[in-house]
Amino acid sequence: MNVQAWTFVMVALSFALYIGVALWSKARSTGDFYVAGSNVHPIVNGMATAADWMSAASFIAMAGMISFMGRDGSVYLLGWTGGYVLLALLLAPYLRKFGKYTVPDFVGDRYYSQLARIVAVVCAVFVSFTYVAGQMRGVGIVFSRFLSVSVETGVLIGMGIVFFYAVLGGMKGITYTQVAQYCVLIFAYLVPAIFISILITGHAIPQLGLGAKIADGSGMYLLDRLNGLNEALGFNRYTDGSKTTIDVFFITAALMLGTAGLPHVIIRFYTVRKASEARISAGWALLFIAILYTTAPAVAVFARTNLLKTVRYEQNGELTDVKYEDVPTWFRNWEATGLITFNDVNGDGKIQYRGPKSDVQNELEIDRDIMVLANPEIAKLPNWVVGLVAAGGLAAALSTAAGLLLVISTAVAHDLLKGAIVPTLSEKRELIAARIAAGVAVCIAGYFGINPPDFVAPVVAFAFGLAASSFFPAIVMGIFSKRMNKAGAVSGMIVGITFTAAYIIYFKFINPALNTPENWWWGISPEGIGTLGMALNFIVAIGVAAVTPPPPAEVQALVDDIRVP
Amino acid sequence: METSEKNRTYWRKNLQYLAILLGIWFVTSYLCSIVFVEQLDKLQFGGYRIGFYFAQQASIWIFVGLIFVYAALMNRLDKAYQTGEEAEETE
Repeated sequence: MNVQAWTFVMVALSFALYIGVALWSKARSTGDFYVAGSNVHPIVNGMATAADWMSAASFIAMAGMISFMGRDGSVYLLGWTGGYVLLALLLAPYLRKFGKYTVPDFVGDRYYSQLARIVAVVCAVFVSFTYVAGQMRGVGIVFSRFLSVSVETGVLIGMGIVFFYAVLGGMKGITYTQVAQYCVLIFAYLVPAIFISILITGHAIPQLGLGAKIADGSGMYLLDRLNGLNEALGFNRYTDGSKTTIDVFFITAALMLGTAGLPHVIIRFYTVRKASEARISAGWALLFIAILYTTAPAVAVFARTNLLKTVRYEQNGELTDVKYEDVPTWFRNWEATGLITFNDVNGDGKIQYRGPKSDVQNELEIDRDIMVLANPEIAKLPNWVVGLVAAGGLAAALSTAAGLLLVISTAVAHDLLKGAIVPTLSEKRELIAARIAAGVAVCIAGYFGINPPDFVAPVVAFAFGLAASSFFPAIVMGIFSKRMNKAGAVSGMIVGITFTAAYIIYFKFINPALNTPENWWWGISPEGIGTLGMALNFIVAIGVAAVTPPPPAEVQALVDDIRVP
Repeated sequence: METSEKNRTYWRKNLQYLAILLGIWFVTSYLCSIVFVEQLDKLQFGGYRIGFYFAQQASIWIFVGLIFVYAALMNRLDKAYQTGEEAEETE
């Protein structure tokens, strides 16, 4: 069977699995719809959280980014895992003990303020839409490359599937489909990684293969070989960084704090029975995530090595660039999608792939996002592996999209409609409203998937920056400071968001030409500025709270209550 | 022991655990993987430079370990607190 047939089989099988699971776990109450009845087993919740968290960005894009960035790629590995430590130690158990459905619930009650609740709702909806548009786009790319349907049709199919189980099953349906999706995506990620690891290093465990010697008898370590290949083509050594230490520090922190503050991750910890289960569940979630995240750097190195060996190889004892007419099929397939472009500048019919330090002009542009998807083909793995990777990419995108859509529908139906506009709404009507909101959100997300705004990539920095500079400090202070009051928290959030948003908007949208290290404040890029926004939030909040009256006694009692088991 | 006194002890102990575990978290992720990565890269362990190994492998596993250790410590503390959630559920 060819790649397309295998892909069709793998994708159809996985979709049938998700629909079966969704039918089996239909939501019957708002409790089921928002938090799966709060009786999900911690390991199951950990697995669902892992699928929820690992998006198209983690599955499809991350290893590719690391592959091109080398050691600088550590910011994603550290940032997107280290946040779970903060989540497990500082947020999840207390929010679970607090025991309502959403983050705006907590912010609104703890700071006895509708304004705080609405700020939280707006942030939650904005962050979630930003993210969901990217997921739908990922779905479209996978469909268009592997099933030769148009991106539009791909997005529509993806929307249909998500609509089905998110609207019908709510959090309960999503939780159990996410468990199935985790199994599909981790299997799809590990199988090619293990194959390629064995081919290159002879080790079956990619994490060991990364630090091992190449199995070609040369006795050279893989990383040393890759450093050499990179240098020969005028790139930085793979294990050296090119970002400044302060920038890496701030970006990592912003990603960590943002991860801990993202509403679709936090909301997952409301689905377990009690605070102690929220703690252990975060551990399971990170363990399941770590399996993919420690494989990713290995995949990045394998892919980079294979890629460089494809474009420049040894012939009769001499290194030569590959002739355009000799390129393998995968190269042509991706060229057709426009994600690989070759421009024969010097007209010699050979592909000169060169880095910034080389004297020869570079002729090849490779989109970072294709590395994971193209990897099995580059390594000449069997066709079914290629199909499996496509199904895995879809699982990652759909599971995250569903989690985000649920946050949006909960924010609209529960926090805005019931919490702020019509407090007398009956449970039955609230459930209908939540389903309609989820449906509308799917359609808007699909629209952005088909007509992607140019600003998808820069707004991801926004999503993390905002989560880091608004939610994280507000929730942490709400738990760890009894003295923190409405005036402090609200002014802190507003200053934090305004500062972060202004910095990002200035460098990303108003004046992108100035977006270079010389113009950044203290060398901090817009990706890392959320960390400074967070610090400002803390300072302003503590300052304002010190000169305004303490919160009412019942709020202080609430804080006492969430602190003890 | 009075409830408020018991709550205070419980919370103080919790904060101690947090300080220690977040200290380890900071050292592995920010010091070993970012600030002192160049110095650590001078040491090699198999094919890995140590700084690079911390940044792309070891830190992640240490994070996982920290969360499980915290969960275990808090379970023990919850038991000592006695009015654990089991008791609360039977109320």
